[in-house]
Amino acid sequence: MQQFDVIVVGGGHAGVEAAAVAARMGARIALVSFDPAMIGAMSCNPAIGGLGKGHLVREVDAFDGIMARAADAGAIHYRMLNRSKGSAVQGPRIQADRRRFRAAVQAAIAAQDGLTVIGGEVVALQMEGGRAAGVELANGTCLGASAVVLCTGTFLGGRLYRGEERMEGGRIGEAAAHRLAQQLRDAALPMARLKTGTPPRLDGRTIDWGRLPEQPSDPEPWTMSPLGKGRVLPQVFCGIARTNQRTHEIIRGGLDRSPLFTGAIEAQGPRYCPSIEDKIHRFGDRDGHQIFLEPEGLDDHTVYPNGVSTSLPTDVQIAMMRSVEGLEQVEVTVPGYAVEYDHIDPRALRSSLEVKAIPGLFFAGQLNGTTGYEEAAAQGLVAGLHAAGQVLGREIPLLDRANSYMAVMIDDLTLHGVSEPYRMLTARAEYRLRLRANNAGSRLTPLALAAGCVGPERREWFARREAERARIDEALTQTATPNELTQAGMAVRADGARRSLGEWLRFPEVTLAGLSPWLGEGAIDPLLAEEMEEDAAYAPYLARQEAELRDLRASELVALGDDFPFADVPGLSREMVERLAQARPETLAAAGRVPGITPAALASLLVHARRRAA
Amino acid sequence: MTIDTIFALSSGQLPAAIGVMRISGPQAGLALERLAGRLPSPRRAGVAALRHPDHGEVLDRTLVLWLPGPHNATGEDCAELHLHGGRAVAAAVEEALLALGLRRAEPGEFTRRAFANGRIDLAEAEGLADLLEAETELQRRSAQAMAGGALSRAVESWLQTLLGLSARLEASLDFADEGDVDDGEATLPVGFGEACTRLVDDLGEWLSRPRAEPLREGYRVVLAGPPNAGKSTLFNALVESEAAIISAEPGTTRDVLVQGVALAGVPFSFVDTAGLREEGVGAVEAIGIARARAEAERADLVLWLGPEGEGPQGPHVWEIAAQCDREDQAAKIAPMFRVSARTGEGLGTLREALVERARSAMPAPGQAALNRRQHDLLDQAQAALRSACLERDPLLAAECLRLARQAFDALTGRADTEAMLDALFGRFCIGK
Repeated sequence: MQQFDVIVVGGGHAGVEAAAVAARMGARIALVSFDPAMIGAMSCNPAIGGLGKGHLVREVDAFDGIMARAADAGAIHYRMLNRSKGSAVQGPRIQADRRRFRAAVQAAIAAQDGLTVIGGEVVALQMEGGRAAGVELANGTCLGASAVVLCTGTFLGGRLYRGEERMEGGRIGEAAAHRLAQQLRDAALPMARLKTGTPPRLDGRTIDWGRLPEQPSDPEPWTMSPLGKGRVLPQVFCGIARTNQRTHEIIRGGLDRSPLFTGAIEAQGPRYCPSIEDKIHRFGDRDGHQIFLEPEGLDDHTVYPNGVSTSLPTDVQIAMMRSVEGLEQVEVTVPGYAVEYDHIDPRALRSSLEVKAIPGLFFAGQLNGTTGYEEAAAQGLVAGLHAAGQVLGREIPLLDRANSYMAVMIDDLTLHGVSEPYRMLTARAEYRLRLRANNAGSRLTPLALAAGCVGPERREWFARREAERARIDEALTQTATPNELTQAGMAVRADGARRSLGEWLRFPEVTLAGLSPWLGEGAIDPLLAEEMEEDAAYAPYLARQEAELRDLRASELVALGDDFPFADVPGLSREMVERLAQARPETLAAAGRVPGITPAALASLLVHARRRAA
Repeated sequence: MTIDTIFALSSGQLPAAIGVMRISGPQAGLALERLAGRLPSPRRAGVAALRHPDHGEVLDRTLVLWLPGPHNATGEDCAELHLHGGRAVAAAVEEALLALGLRRAEPGEFTRRAFANGRIDLAEAEGLADLLEAETELQRRSAQAMAGGALSRAVESWLQTLLGLSARLEASLDFADEGDVDDGEATLPVGFGEACTRLVDDLGEWLSRPRAEPLREGYRVVLAGPPNAGKSTLFNALVESEAAIISAEPGTTRDVLVQGVALAGVPFSFVDTAGLREEGVGAVEAIGIARARAEAERADLVLWLGPEGEGPQGPHVWEIAAQCDREDQAAKIAPMFRVSARTGEGLGTLREALVERARSAMPAPGQAALNRRQHDLLDQAQAALRSACLERDPLLAAECLRLARQAFDALTGRADTEAMLDALFGRFCIGK
């Protein structure tokens, strides 16, 4: 039997990052996929990033992950969302040429030492003394490992719906993993069903582009990864179409044939990515909804109409699309569909994404009730870090709500569970002023270095950048008067006060570029300059959060343990005991984030925790 | 990161004989030095006059203890002030500590710190858990009892407004690229400032209401005047007991004496003070006199029995012609009340006036009142909302609203981000 340190099951965005990070740490990895040619496939929209999601991509990148650089390699359209707002809520988003993105992912996997790709269907987990010990493939082969990471996406018990049609599978044209799903159900893990959907695909040659407003790619040369190579592919534009009253009538006319409304699909779909039939049903007063027409590739005519996810019958889908201005002649190449799939209640997981009940088994991605490539990739990264850390006996630095969106997501999942597919939003991060997409490297690369998962190229880049930051920080300790600044071209209010340049940077009139006479020779990296200017601008707000963070971090250090007897703690109401027992928070801080837990109850928990520890 | 220095009144409900103010944290020594003028020897009781750090006014003359860490209750530097147990004294000292940058301890925070520093053993832990249990139970009961949930309803409605405001902001931040939401303009939603201001005003209306403490602790009436002005006699007549020592020798009442009574169902705390006399007094009596002054300055109402016009001034002072039956007293020309505790003359009128005055300063029956914790939290929420009104960057306005939500959360239990998202998704058609 072939033996590995970690086996990763599934070659989607979670599986790829899990396998790659574990291999970067020096573990021997097997990445098992139904079809190795599909590794890195974008199964839904051809975009990476967006609001909240772009933050996750940059964070995965800060750990030297694959997604951001693959996105740059495949990008045919760049758009910085919220550009006019503060950078904490700016969302870098690209559209990728599907084929080229996938090729870039596969190239990165192929180039990674210690990573073996194995084609085959995993039909069962192998257990040894209550621990995950390997997997069995459909052809009878067994692979052994000290840890297994499952990243099976929507393939567990996947079932597709389109009008009256029903198909088994996780993606159109691909089989579902039913035996494995059954085994997990048999292991008494809390499983539930969720639903998601995808729009019909259109033939771009049948769209009347001339009648639709265009959305061009950003002219600014930003990239998803600071190590990205710039704009390597020709850039395309997207079109913006809009549904109208006639579209809505067609949809209403087909509702009785939509599995969402006939009761065939019972699982909950996402509120922020509703099907077009849901939008019409819930917001009947709107006279139209936007559709973004996104090209799927440079040498592929397929267009992804973002905004019209649907499971209506094919004939209704065609009629609906052709009622839209500019799409009168459009050909639907693949009709949209809804997919219902198994997911685990993520409260059954630790913050490392290890299944509490089965040591050595980790879950990442859509399987945990999330949606989106970026959410999947971030979970894959965390699961891979911890799986390899466990096998190699290496401590993994603490991610928390104040240092990463990844931790916000995993904390939300493991404490609150999910009632709909979970998507990252900046509103979910209390400390988003410090969690900016453009400072992900500063926040997390030091942690990645400590975990030992950073390659030489990024290590050197980071060292150079930190040296530059230190040089500027030093220069910013010099002082200047308003007069001197005004002479340098920055018209600050003449209050006569001499301040350090670091303090001056807080004023909107003052920029690092303007301070160049004090900063010595050498142009400053514009990304670093932007980050340092924002740090200065947000400083008063960040200082106000310090007390909050201090409490958070102190109580993160109080471990409660898996078998904490919440019912025995005096002073807790029955409702609190129930909620705590379900969420099983790992630390006192996590307990404080369980809804309905009061400060007095936390004090009681603390007393009890100390008593048990003694 | 630095650790806050915290303080709390650690003895029971005031008024009481003494009130022990505990201070814990790295600034404890500095705070004690600023208040007492010097740092006493460690672990030895000392007497000191506590002065306000800003204006030097004497707050109290008390026993102070300096207990440097780590071998003490919390394991941090600690100080204790054994204050005279009047509510006003404790409030003044708390105000001074706040002015020094210290903050009030959260429930259970001393215990938390004691544990964090390994200062409490198992047996103590057990007992403290029981105490905390009682605390939660009490909080629950008092919250329920509060005017049939009027505050909860008000908070609920503010919270809904606040969640709606947050939802509009967050929609413009998180879904700027979607058709249904205002597009990427860096401006606040229309009417945002006005809605914030309205909420600030609504909170202000509650914040300006009478607080719950007088209801619980009694409306504080201080009898003041020079020795032998008849304070103790009137005090006894008002409280209808022999609580104070009455003697013809000036200066018998050397300390303040506090008695709680209910007049016509309204709770009062009557305070009998030592006669205000400057010369020829013993040290103990001098302390009593200083405290009498402090009491008079911080009372809800002062009954001045001394020479006309020589007492403290202000709307909270009533000129009283006491001992109006005595011929040998110089008659006041325009007293508000003439009374004789001996004959009972005028006492009824004075009592009625006191009841009426106290009622107006207390929450009306059925009107919910805020206690200090609630008042502080609403105050925080209001301050955060006020900054939100001034912010022009939606991101920073959202941060202010988050702080306001946090204050409400502390008031009602957590209504996390999920509640805001519910509001958001209910209003906007979001999603491509």
